[in-house]
Amino acid sequence: MSEITAEQVAHLANLARIDLSSAEIDRLTIELGQIVDSVAKVAEVATPDVPATSHPMPLTNVFRDDVVVPSLTVDQALSGAPDRAGDKFRVPAILDEE
Amino acid sequence: MTNLINQTAAALAGLLADGSVSSVDVTRAHLDHIDAVDPDVHAFLHVARDAALATAARVDARRAAGEKLGPLAGVPIAIKDVLATHDMPTTSGSKILEGWIPPYDATVVKRIRDADLIPLGKTNMDEFAMGSSTEHSAYGPTHNPWDLDRIPGGSGGGSAAAVAAFEAPLALGSDTGGSIRQPAAVTGSVGVKPTYGGVSRYGAIALASSLDQVGPVTRTVLDAALLHDVIGGHDPLDSTSLTDAWPSMTAAAQAGLKDGALKGVRVGVIKELNGAGFQAGVKQRFEETLALLTAAGAIVSEVSAPNFEYAVSAYYLILPAEASSNLARFDSVRFGIRVNPEDGPLTSERVMAATRDAGFGDEVKRRIILGTYALSAGYYDAYYGSAQKVRTLIQRDFAAAFDKVDLLVSPTAPTTAFKFGEKTEDPMAMYLNDITTIPANLAGIPGMSLPMGLAPEDGLPVGLQVMAPARADARLYTFGAAVEQLLEAHWGHTLLSQAPALANIEMFATEGGAV
Repeated sequence: MSEITAEQVAHLANLARIDLSSAEIDRLTIELGQIVDSVAKVAEVATPDVPATSHPMPLTNVFRDDVVVPSLTVDQALSGAPDRAGDKFRVPAILDEE
Repeated sequence: MTNLINQTAAALAGLLADGSVSSVDVTRAHLDHIDAVDPDVHAFLHVARDAALATAARVDARRAAGEKLGPLAGVPIAIKDVLATHDMPTTSGSKILEGWIPPYDATVVKRIRDADLIPLGKTNMDEFAMGSSTEHSAYGPTHNPWDLDRIPGGSGGGSAAAVAAFEAPLALGSDTGGSIRQPAAVTGSVGVKPTYGGVSRYGAIALASSLDQVGPVTRTVLDAALLHDVIGGHDPLDSTSLTDAWPSMTAAAQAGLKDGALKGVRVGVIKELNGAGFQAGVKQRFEETLALLTAAGAIVSEVSAPNFEYAVSAYYLILPAEASSNLARFDSVRFGIRVNPEDGPLTSERVMAATRDAGFGDEVKRRIILGTYALSAGYYDAYYGSAQKVRTLIQRDFAAAFDKVDLLVSPTAPTTAFKFGEKTEDPMAMYLNDITTIPANLAGIPGMSLPMGLAPEDGLPVGLQVMAPARADARLYTFGAAVEQLLEAHWGHTLLSQAPALANIEMFATEGGAV
C-alpha cells in the first residue's frame, strides 16, 4: 500500500496552485492511493540496465534561422486576458503584503 | 440525387468537382442535420452556421470561375475543440477556457482552410482530452448515436459521434492514449493516429506533449487518407514535426482496394491484447475478421509483447507528469477565466489557485495532483523514471514484433460502448479501458481503428485496431482499405448503415431527397 496522506495531497495541491476544498482533498487522498498502488508496478521491470525514453522519435535540437517572422500583435496577444492595462497584462498583487 | 449527408467525403468531392452539387447545398444539408439531431447527440460545442455557408459560397464562386481547387474543396469538416481556431471559441472542453477565442489557428486548421474545406464547428471532448467517454467535458457528455444512453468514447467522442451521426463527413481529432481510435471503435467509424510528428501539434492545446498526435476521424479509410494528406507533413512551428517526405496516403488507400492487396501480408495478433477482460462479442468479431484475412491470403500469426502489461501504469505516470506541467499555463493572467478567492488578500498566487479550483473539473485535478506527485523530489526515480524505462521496453516489444510481421492487430477497445456513469466512480477502471490503444502512443507508432462488426450480445460496434511501424502510415491505409472492403463485401453493406435512426432523421431525409 502507498502511504498517501491528506497532508501530502494538500501540499501537492498547493504546489499545483489548486485551491482544493477539504472534501476534495479527502476524496483525492483515497483515489490517489489506489492509483499509485496500481501504477507502481512499473518498478517491477524498470531495472538499472534499461535506458529511459522521454520522446518517442529520436530528434536532435531543432533550430530555425534567426530572422524576424510575423507574430501576434500586442492587441492579439492581450485579446484573451481576463484583465489588461493599456498594452500590458494586469495581475493581482505579486507579493502578500501591500 | 439522394441524401447528401450519407455520402462519403470522397463521393462528395466528386459531386462537387463535376458540378452536380454546390458546397452551399452540401454545407446546408449538414447544418440542417446538426439542427435536427444534435440536441440529442450533443457532438458540437459550437456550430458556425453563417461562417460555414459564407465560406462554402466563396468556394462555389471560385470553382465557378474556373479556379483549380484541391480534392476536398467544399467538403464540410468538424474540428475537435482542442484545436485553436481564430474565429470560433476554443475551450478544450474546460470551463477555464470558456468563451476563449484564440488569436491564431492551429496548423492543421490552417491547412484545412487552405485546402478549402468548410469548418462546421467545434466538437465536444473530455476536458483537456482527459477521459475515455466525454463524461469529463465541462459542457455535458456527447451521446453515442447507436444508443443515446451510452458513451461515444473519448476523449474525442464529439468528433466520432459527429461523423457517425452523419453531422459531418470528416472531423479532426487528437490521440494521446486512444482518443481518436477508441471513439471510432465504439461509434462504428474510422480514426487514425498518425506517426508521432507526422502531423503538426502547433495550436493543439497540449495534454502530454510526447504522446499527443492530431489525426483524421471519418467514416471510411479512403476519407481518412484524403484528410491525412491535407493535414500531414512538416511544420516549422512544431519542433517535433518530422521532416520526412511522406507518400500519398490516398494512393496507399486506393492500392488497398485492388485485388489481392492482402495476399502475403504478415499480420501479427498481439497475444497480450486478446485475453481476459475482453467482451465475448468483441473477441468473436475479432476471430471472424482474422479468418477472413487468412482466407484473403494474409499470413496471420501470434506475437507476444510481454511488456504491454505495464503500459497502462507507465502511461498514467507519464501523462499526468506532462499534463501537470502543460496545464500550469492556465494561470488566470493570459487567457481564460479569473476567479477571486472568497476572502483573504487578492494575491496572484491565491487568485491563480481559486481560478484553477473553479475552472478545472475533477479528472483534471486528479491528474494534475498525480503528475505533481510523480515528479516530486524523492518519488521521481521510482515513478516517472521507471515509467520512462517501461516506454523503452514497449518500443523494444514493438521492434521485435515488426521484425516478424508487417502489421499488428488487436481489438481497438476491450468492450463495446458502456453506459453513462458506469466507470466514472472508479478512475482505475476507466484507465484500464485504454490498454489496447496506449502502447502505440508510448512508442510513437501509427494506429488505425476501423469497424469489424456488431457485438452479437448488444448490437453495438466493435473496432479493429491496426498498427504499423513508425513512419509506415501508408501501410495502415493500404491494409485498412483492403480490410474495410473485405468486411463490407462479407456483410453486404457498411456498418454505419445499420445504425438506428435518430430523432427527426426521416423528416429530414425527405427534405434531403428534394435537393
